[in-house]
Amino acid sequence: MSTAVSHEMPAAPAAGREVVLDASGVIMRFGGLTAVDNVSMKVHDGEIVGLIGPNGAGKTTFFNCLTGMYIPTEGTVRLRGEVLPPKPSKVVKAGMARTFQNIRLFGNMTALENVMVGRYCRTSSMALTSIIRGPKFRREEEATRARAQELLDYVGLGKSAELLARNMPYGDQRRLEIARALATDPQVLLLDEPTAGMNPKETEEAMHLIFKIRDSGLAVIVIEHDMRFIFTLCDRVLCLVRGALLIEGSPQEVQSDPRVIEAYIGGDESQEEGE
Amino acid sequence: MSNDLMTPDLDDTVEPGPSYPQFGTPMVLAGSVLVAASAFLSWSYDREPLGDVSITGNPAPTQYLALIIGVLGIVLFLGRGPLARFFSWFDETAALRGLGFGAVAFALAVILAIFANTSGLINVDPGGWILLVGSIALAFGAEQLPAGRTHADPLRSKTSSWTEILAIIALLTGVLFLAAYALAMEDGYAFLALLAFLGAISATLIRGGFFQWLSIATAKHRQVLMLGAVVVAFLFPFTQDGRDANMTIATQIIVFAITALGLNIVVGLAGLLDLGYIAFLGAGAYVSALLSGSATSHLGFQLPFWLTAIIGACVASTLGLIIGTPTLRVSGDYLAIVTLAFGEIFRITVNNLDGINGPSITNGPNGVSGIPELNLFGFDFGQPHTLGGFTLTRYANYYFLLLLLGAFVILVFTRLNNSRIGRGWVAIREDERAAEAMGVNVFGLKLFAFAGGAFLAGLAGTIKAHQDLAISPDQFVFLESAFLLAAIVLGGMGTVAGALVGATMLKLLPEKLRFLENYRLLMFGILLVLMMRFRPEGLVASKRRQLEFHEDDQELAEAIQVEHLETKEAQA
Repeated sequence: MSTAVSHEMPAAPAAGREVVLDASGVIMRFGGLTAVDNVSMKVHDGEIVGLIGPNGAGKTTFFNCLTGMYIPTEGTVRLRGEVLPPKPSKVVKAGMARTFQNIRLFGNMTALENVMVGRYCRTSSMALTSIIRGPKFRREEEATRARAQELLDYVGLGKSAELLARNMPYGDQRRLEIARALATDPQVLLLDEPTAGMNPKETEEAMHLIFKIRDSGLAVIVIEHDMRFIFTLCDRVLCLVRGALLIEGSPQEVQSDPRVIEAYIGGDESQEEGE
Repeated sequence: MSNDLMTPDLDDTVEPGPSYPQFGTPMVLAGSVLVAASAFLSWSYDREPLGDVSITGNPAPTQYLALIIGVLGIVLFLGRGPLARFFSWFDETAALRGLGFGAVAFALAVILAIFANTSGLINVDPGGWILLVGSIALAFGAEQLPAGRTHADPLRSKTSSWTEILAIIALLTGVLFLAAYALAMEDGYAFLALLAFLGAISATLIRGGFFQWLSIATAKHRQVLMLGAVVVAFLFPFTQDGRDANMTIATQIIVFAITALGLNIVVGLAGLLDLGYIAFLGAGAYVSALLSGSATSHLGFQLPFWLTAIIGACVASTLGLIIGTPTLRVSGDYLAIVTLAFGEIFRITVNNLDGINGPSITNGPNGVSGIPELNLFGFDFGQPHTLGGFTLTRYANYYFLLLLLGAFVILVFTRLNNSRIGRGWVAIREDERAAEAMGVNVFGLKLFAFAGGAFLAGLAGTIKAHQDLAISPDQFVFLESAFLLAAIVLGGMGTVAGALVGATMLKLLPEKLRFLENYRLLMFGILLVLMMRFRPEGLVASKRRQLEFHEDDQELAEAIQVEHLETKEAQA
C-alpha cells in the first residue's frame, strides 16, 4: 500500500547493516515490582522495529530506560558500541531522540520555536556569545532557524511555522513532535504511540512519514497498539508481556504466534487491540 | 452605528444587553458635562486638601484632571456618532466604560482626601459632590450604552509610520512630564488622586484597544522606542535642576529596578523562585565597601572601582553557584526555602563578623560607613556639576552611572531571552521533562540563570554602596527580597517593562503615600492578592507568560496568535 517505498522482508538482520542500538539484559525494578525483566534488543540502521504488548507490559518503561529517563537496575544500553550516559540530555546528544505517548510539546511556543529547541544540543552559543551577538552567533541562529523550517517542511508543517503549538490540530501536534525529535539529529528515533487518537487518514500519513524517515537511514523503534499499522510498518516486532520479552520476529511470525494472541485476548486482562 | 454586521462569532458570546438602554446616552453626556463643570467649582470648604480646591472659577491642578476626564468622556461619546471617522479601530464604547470606573475612583479619592484632611464630609462643597454624582452617572450610563458599531481590529489597522512614531514620542514625553509632575507632589492625597486619574486614563486606553495597537507600533519602531526611552531617562535630571529630593528617590528606584531585572532573569525567564535575592545585592555592596578604602573598613587597602565592581559581582555569582549547585536539582518549593534561608544566613553572617562573635570584618550591625565617593577618570561623583546651565547634583551623577548599568542589564536580559539560552529557559518552564528529553541541559541552564542573576545584582550592589556612602545589614532583610519579588509579580514576569514598572511602583508609592504609614504593607498585600485574582501574569506581561497563566483560555490563545502573526509581519 505504501507508494514507492521499498518495504523489504527483514527477518534476518540485513547483511552489511551496522547495529546502532544494542540493549542487553535490561532490568528495571521499582521496589518489588519488576517493570522490565531482562529484555535485550538490537536495532540496525534503516530498520523499523515495533514494540507491542498489552497495556502495562512495560513498553514505555523500556523506552525510558533506553533514553536515560530511568537508569536501568541492571543491563546496559549501547549506541554504536558506546554505553549511554545516564542523563536524558546526554543521551539525546549521543543520538537518540523520542516522542511521547501523551504529546509533550511546548504549548506556548510556536511550531518553529519548538523545533528550534530540538536544535539546542547541536548548537553551542553560550551566554557571552548571545550577549555580544557577533557574526558566529548570527550565523548559528540563522542556521538553526533554517534547519527548523526545513524539518517542518519535511513533516508537512511548513505553513504552520508561526502557529502556537497549543493551537494546532491533534495530528499536526504529533507530527510536530516528530520534527522536534528529528531536530536533534538522531541516529535512532523512538516513537511512543505515534498514531494514538488519529483517524485512518492521519494514520496513513504518519506511516508514510515514518517510512520516509527510515529511508533516510535512521533506525526507528515504534510502540503501537494499532496492529495493522505495526504489521505494515515494521521489519521486526518484539512483543513484551508483563515486562518480559515474549517473542521477537518478523511481523508474520509474531502475528501468528498463539502466545501473542493469548496475551492480548486471553488471560485476566481482556485487552482489545486499539488504544 | 449604521452597518451593524454581526459575525456569527459574536453571536456565540451570550451577552445580556443593558437593562436600561434608554438611560445610556443622556447619562453619559450629563455625567461627562458634570465632571468637566465641577472642575470650575469649589470642591472643598477648607483650603487645606489637594492644594486648595476651594476656589470657584479657577481650577487647581487636581481639578484640571477632572476637566480632562469630563472632556474625554464627551469626545469618546461623540466618537459613537459625529466623530466616528476618527475612531476606526478604537472602541469608544468599551473605552467609555473604562473611563467611567476610573472617574468614580478619582472622585472617591478626592472625597477621601477632603475627608481625611479636614476630618469631616461636611467640608465637601457642592462641587465635590457634583464630581462624584457626575462620575457615577458616567459609569452607569456607559454600562447602559448599547454596543456601538463593530470596530476594525486594532492589530490589523494600517496606520502610517509617522503617526505611530509620533504616538510613541508623545507617550514618552508624557511619561517624562508625568514623572516630574508626580515627583514634585508633596501631598500624598493629591498623589492618590493622580493615581486614580492615571488608572482612569489607562483603563480607557486599554478597553479601547490602544495598547494592542501600540504593541504593534512599538514592535515596528523598536529603535525609535529605545532611543526615546534613553533620551527621556537622560533628560530627567535636568527637570530637577539641582534639587536632591527626587533624585534620591530616582536613584533608589534605578538600583531597585536593576536588581528586579536581575531577579526577573531568575524568576521570569528561568522560572526559579528565589526568596533571598537581596543577599546578592548585599554581597556586592559589602565587597565594594570593604575594598574601596572606606574609613571603617578593616581590610585597609583600596582598589580601583572597576576592579571592586568585578570582584563584587563575581563574589555574588560564586555565592549563587554555591547555593544553586545542590538545590537546583530539586523542584521549586525546596529552592524557595533554601534561598529564603540563604538570605537570612547572609544577613546574620555580616551581623556577626564584628570582632566579637566572629572575625572582625564587617563591623556587625554598625555596618561599613565612610565609603568614599566614586571617582572615575577624574570625574568626582560627589561634586555637583553644571551642564548647559543646569546643575547636576551628586545624585544626578550616580543616576547617570546607574542608567548605564541599567542599559547594560536590559541588554543582557533581552539578548539572553532571544537566544538559544532563552529558548531553553522557556522549554524548561513549559515542560521540564520534555525539555530534558530534547537535549536541553536543564540543570546547567538553571544554574546559569541563578549565577547570572546574582552577578547582575552584585554589580548593582557595588554602585549602591558608593551612592549610599554607608551600608549595614538591616538594608538586606527578607522584606527587601519579598519586595523585589512583588515588583516582578506586579509588573509582569519575564519582561523588561514589567520589572521597571513594578520597581517604580513599589519604590515610588511608599515615598509618596506616606500618610498610609503602617498600613503600607497591608495595602501591598491587598494589591498583590487582587493582582493574583484578576491579572496573575502582571501588568506588563509577556505574551507567553500570559498564556502560561491562562492555560485553558483558548480565546486568549487565539488572540495572542493573531497578535504574534501581526507583529511578525510588522517586523518583516
